[in-house]
Amino acid sequence: MHSAISLTLSSASPITGGSYAGEASSSSGVFFRSNFAPRQLRFCGLRREAFSGCKSSGKAVLFKRLSANSKISASLSGNGTPSKGFDYDLVIIGAGVGGHGAALHAVEKGLKTAIIEGDVVGGTCVNRGCVPSKALLAVSGRMRELQNEHHMKSFGLQVAAAGYDRQGVADHAENLATKIRNNLTNSLKSLGVDILTGVGTVVGPQKVKYGKVGDSETVITAKDIIIATGSVPFVPKGIEVDGKTVITSDHALKLETVPEWIVIVGSGYIGLEFSDVYTALGSEVTFVEALDQLMPGFDPEIGKLAQRVLINPRKIDYHTGVFATKITPARDGKPVTIELIDAKTKEPKDTLEVDAALIATGRAPYTQGLGLENVNVETQRGFIPVDERMRVIDSKGELVPHLYCIGDANGKMMLAHAASAQGISVVEQVSGKDHVLNHLSIPAACFTHPEISMVGLTEPQAREKAEKEGFEIGIAKTSFKANTKALAENEGEGIAKLIYRPDNGEILGVHIFGMHAADLIHEASNAIALGTRIQDIKYAVHAHPTLSEVIDELFKSAKTSCIVDYRLWIILYAAERHYSGAQAKLPLK
Amino acid sequence: MAQLLNSSFTPTTSSLRRLHHSPTQTTPKSTRIQAKIREIFMPALSSTMTEGKIVSWIKSEGDKLSKGESVVVVESDKADMDVETFYDGYLAAIMVEEGGVAAVGSAIALLAETPDEIAQAVSKAKDQSSPAAPSQSSSAAPSSPPVEPKIPDLVPVASVTKTAPVQVSSTHPASDGGKRVVASPYAKKLAKELNVDLSGVVGSGPMGRIVAKDVEAAAVAIAVAVAEPSKPGSAPPVVELGSVVPFTTMQGAVSRNMVESLGVPTFRVGYSITTDALDALYKKIKPKGVTMTALLAKATALALAKHPVINSSCRDGKSFTYNSNINVAVAVAIDGGLITPVLQNADKVDIYSLSRKWKELVDKARAKQLQPQEYNTGTFTLSNLGMFGVDRFDAILPPGTVSSNTQSCKMNIFLYQFVTMFVQGAIMAVGASEPTVVATKDGRIGMKTQMQVNVTADHRVIYGADLAQFLQTLAQIIEDPKDLTF
Repeated sequence: MHSAISLTLSSASPITGGSYAGEASSSSGVFFRSNFAPRQLRFCGLRREAFSGCKSSGKAVLFKRLSANSKISASLSGNGTPSKGFDYDLVIIGAGVGGHGAALHAVEKGLKTAIIEGDVVGGTCVNRGCVPSKALLAVSGRMRELQNEHHMKSFGLQVAAAGYDRQGVADHAENLATKIRNNLTNSLKSLGVDILTGVGTVVGPQKVKYGKVGDSETVITAKDIIIATGSVPFVPKGIEVDGKTVITSDHALKLETVPEWIVIVGSGYIGLEFSDVYTALGSEVTFVEALDQLMPGFDPEIGKLAQRVLINPRKIDYHTGVFATKITPARDGKPVTIELIDAKTKEPKDTLEVDAALIATGRAPYTQGLGLENVNVETQRGFIPVDERMRVIDSKGELVPHLYCIGDANGKMMLAHAASAQGISVVEQVSGKDHVLNHLSIPAACFTHPEISMVGLTEPQAREKAEKEGFEIGIAKTSFKANTKALAENEGEGIAKLIYRPDNGEILGVHIFGMHAADLIHEASNAIALGTRIQDIKYAVHAHPTLSEVIDELFKSAKTSCIVDYRLWIILYAAERHYSGAQAKLPLK
Repeated sequence: MAQLLNSSFTPTTSSLRRLHHSPTQTTPKSTRIQAKIREIFMPALSSTMTEGKIVSWIKSEGDKLSKGESVVVVESDKADMDVETFYDGYLAAIMVEEGGVAAVGSAIALLAETPDEIAQAVSKAKDQSSPAAPSQSSSAAPSSPPVEPKIPDLVPVASVTKTAPVQVSSTHPASDGGKRVVASPYAKKLAKELNVDLSGVVGSGPMGRIVAKDVEAAAVAIAVAVAEPSKPGSAPPVVELGSVVPFTTMQGAVSRNMVESLGVPTFRVGYSITTDALDALYKKIKPKGVTMTALLAKATALALAKHPVINSSCRDGKSFTYNSNINVAVAVAIDGGLITPVLQNADKVDIYSLSRKWKELVDKARAKQLQPQEYNTGTFTLSNLGMFGVDRFDAILPPGTVSSNTQSCKMNIFLYQFVTMFVQGAIMAVGASEPTVVATKDGRIGMKTQMQVNVTADHRVIYGADLAQFLQTLAQIIEDPKDLTF
């Protein structure tokens, strides 16, 4: 009963946590290749990690929850009592989605928990990331629909010219962030988690101080410490951010202006989502991308299709294979100037003069002032090194006992829901149960119109793995054009793609581009997390007519060579006959 | 034998090849090309597919292809598919670029058998694709539906884009003196779609950048220019006989206003004026840059000064409007259209200044840079067809109403002709000045140079006697032109 409640609460954060942090990952890594070694491409990095980390690949079980027993239920009534000699069982530095998820799970596990926050509860996701951006995207989606005369006409609808009030849109985003922030704060308070205000610093093993720096600092002890300090927008050198004409996502989400022409540096998740918002509100957009292809980080086939739908027909152009070396904000009547050099030859290529520039080159870990030197830990380009159990590794390559780092600060997978999952994994470990999170089962989504979502490997990654490990891969694709619900909505654009092993039916990756792709991906991510094979999941029944049938068809069209369970066939055959008979009697399906 | 070779029915390569070795080879080149250059067609990838979009060319021009190799990715109504070649050879020419659409069965590329034939294939591709250039779909298949042009008048645009009258280089401060075109992303997209050369478009956006509406305006200007008949003196425009060609915007405006002019009760009075003295004066002061047009305008203005009623107009049907200035508009044929640059205060400005002003106005008119006040403030119009040898004609008095639907067309000043002109009371048609045998008052027969003028006037304000007196004054001034140079 109680555990059910806590489940909803903790899962609330991953839902609100969308793609935001993740967008960072792909674009930052790829964009500033010159600064970062290629192995730091976050997606690839985490995936490599995932390959090596989980030996039982598909079978690695995620979120295997203990069956709720009475002890846990009881502990839920309050924040537990600390272990002997410590102020707290668990202290979490940073109350973002990762810290919040960990805190909730810790309370469920009966740990006395405190969370330290120097800013506002909710972190990047809730205040400056996925949450407000979803509010803006909700607006842009509607604007897009209303402006699409052809789309409306095909419904038989007539709509007068659609307009918008910028302040109204901005308020919607702000209000949503406030609401979610309050929900998060209340959920922590109601569970009895101590919210400690101030900057948290590690002062020694199992020892943290918090408070305003140099003023009324309090030292507390904890059996275990989780660092969950997150990240900030990454601004490459040479770029001058003034918050008005040269902005980061932090500013853009406030939507203080809608420039006529805006350059978006970086075409990852952040850039794509903002291009969707800006073009819907009437701006024209120019992408500046360091790689030769737009939308790096996505499966190439999905990226190509997405470009055909999200870029080419819109008021967007792009420069690929170029770095923005210098960006000067608009001043003295001069426009924003952007100097581009060729990514390979480093020769000056072009100068752009526009109304505004959005820097969407990824996110940098926020790990300064954490007192890591006190426990002999050195960050790598700001990221805190951890093992596959999120245990912090010190400069000698040894584990620091009782110190963990989750979320953007460790850079494994810069997604809000990944941070939360890592936090839960850590809590599992400190409460005595070993747990390794399978990052390959964590879905990611980009909330453009239509949406893009993915889980597991891209096709090139899968091919590389297949070659290394010596197995064949299979590809199956289905189109939204064949889906009744999608056609009813006049949204037939889109595909779903499955990458799998025909020999054993293991799902390696699923990529969806189309209406509600972000919601559709979970059938696939759950299957990967639970180790469900195609030959099993293809018999799961989907309501008709729904978009989920796109995924249903995807699994059904996969050709696996494993032995078919004939008993199931017989049952299905009977069911189908029964169904088709019943269908004939129903006037409407 | 030779006759047989010339026949276009020689079908196979092999027979031709054999014949090439014969010493008396007369095979026409074209026959050979057709035998060895194959077309790659847009395949039907599904039963419902009528056209396909080229997603990407896997091979590029000049690449060697072997049978069964994928050449191009085509998007059908269902999916993207690789299209393979059925023959070995070289991809000689791509006829439908990436992103282009072609009907099922139409040629999308040419395949040459040997590298030597690539050049021939390229020229063949050009021949084939030029008629369908704007639509991107090949003309090879008779069934290929033309892709609808964005602007109805724009069909022949592809061939005239370069001669488009859209002038003046971009004035963007960052354009390196016009070297760099600064255009917004959508403007660039539109320009590509509408076949507009951005280097000739003036930007009206922030910092002078080219924005979408500039491109749209330029496209309209091109469309109108295309619809314009060619310049006088040049070859007459080719018109397809038996066809019905709708009016352009300008022609529509002219038509409406001409019909409207019937609402004005006009009458005409003619007069023959001896121009020997004027001609002599003209010869004398021509080196100083004085033009005949300026002289005529000046003479008319001086006559108007003495007869203000001819310079008046009737705006509401109830009253005279006596204009304070004498602004002589002179009709000029330009690019087949008509424009009326105005010589303001022609009665007061001296002949030399007037001549300079006239030259400036004509230059501006030809560059289509006249400002509205430079062509729509006339109070009296001169129309001269004398240079064509016309000895007499009459002009229609324009009603001077403003037609709102042409105002959106800022780019084309022709549209204002007969449209936004000042309301005028009279217009004078001037014929050629010709040697004429005349009987003089002293009973002798002599040769004089005469020209006929014919004034059309609004009878609501101008009466026959008024016009007669005006013409008499004008004749006196022209026949004794000393006042013209005061």
